[in-house]
Amino acid sequence: MKPRHLMLLALPLVLVIALPMLMVVATMPTYGEVNPTFNYVIEHYNAHALEETGATNVVTGIILDYRAYDTLIETTVLFTGTIGVLLALKSVPRRRGDLSGRRHNP
Amino acid sequence: MDDDIILNEVATRVVPMICLFGVYIIFNGHLSPGGGFAGGTVIGVAMVLFSLVFGLRATFAMVPENLLILLTSLGPLWYAVTGLVGVFRGVGFLANANAGINLGAPGSLFSAGLIPVITFGVGISVAITVTILFVILVEAD
Amino acid sequence: MAAVIDVFVRNYPYVYAVLLFAIGVYTLLSNPNLIKKVIGLNIASTAVFLFYIAMGNVRGRLEPLVDPAHPHAEFVNPIPTALILTGIVVSISVTAFALSLVLKLFRHYGMLNAEEMVRLRGTIDEDH
Repeated sequence: MKPRHLMLLALPLVLVIALPMLMVVATMPTYGEVNPTFNYVIEHYNAHALEETGATNVVTGIILDYRAYDTLIETTVLFTGTIGVLLALKSVPRRRGDLSGRRHNP
Repeated sequence: MDDDIILNEVATRVVPMICLFGVYIIFNGHLSPGGGFAGGTVIGVAMVLFSLVFGLRATFAMVPENLLILLTSLGPLWYAVTGLVGVFRGVGFLANANAGINLGAPGSLFSAGLIPVITFGVGISVAITVTILFVILVEAD
Repeated sequence: MAAVIDVFVRNYPYVYAVLLFAIGVYTLLSNPNLIKKVIGLNIASTAVFLFYIAMGNVRGRLEPLVDPAHPHAEFVNPIPTALILTGIVVSISVTAFALSLVLKLFRHYGMLNAEEMVRLRGTIDEDH
């Protein structure tokens, strides 16, 4: 299939995805006002972050004290990504004549 | 890369400054916007710049490749060991103020308990990850 | 109709995020070059991050940095920033792994065009 046919086929699909998203945006609360996402958790974090964590940066106090477990798992995700790249691109050099890859003990 | 004099001179002077700025962002993570991830990325990008200008052989002369692969696992290990401080004090895993650690004066550099320690570990982890991803992707067989 | 245009003008970050997402998905679907597909995936991820962080802003409030002299000030929502930090890191890992797979494909086939690869692979499978 030529690239031009691919472009003509992809455009209706993208419109089918994007137009319901725009309809959802039309029914959302106004940008810049207080949404229903502002609940008691936000008030507690904003009011007590300095005295409970000692950090003046509230976002650092959240990701490293209140929700430190999520940041630990995120560090693990970084580690897993590095392992994936190493597995895909690093090859162990084979000894000549030994197809099983085992070490020879002389 | 050829021995271009402008690239060599500029990179020799700029790369330590970028590393210093990255260390500043890491250590002021709990006082101003920044933290472990932003500072670690800046240090990793300084290493990528060094590797682009001076070649892979100079990079491996500075940090051997096996040492880089070994240091990849330092990030989660540092984080988990710092979290065990709370376990040894009787409170839960990853406890900061509940474990009885002195929080210090707000706004000073040595405040917020275990948060600068964790930020340092996260910064090293992200810097090594960005460096090793670039070096492995560029290295040809 | 004028009311709908008014809503879109007032919610402009969400409209931009949907537009960026559509551009990213279109790039992912219609370009036969593999690296451009990875770039399209990255653009779509960035659009989602923009949408999520824009929901936490309130006009007139300050950024969440506590000034010890004025401890009781109004802040914006700090939680979407904390969640998207994790999301950005996951996006880095996915992009790196996708690029390493593209590199292995390039070393094996010698080309970066997805359709040519499928055609080449089709002829190789017919011979077996």
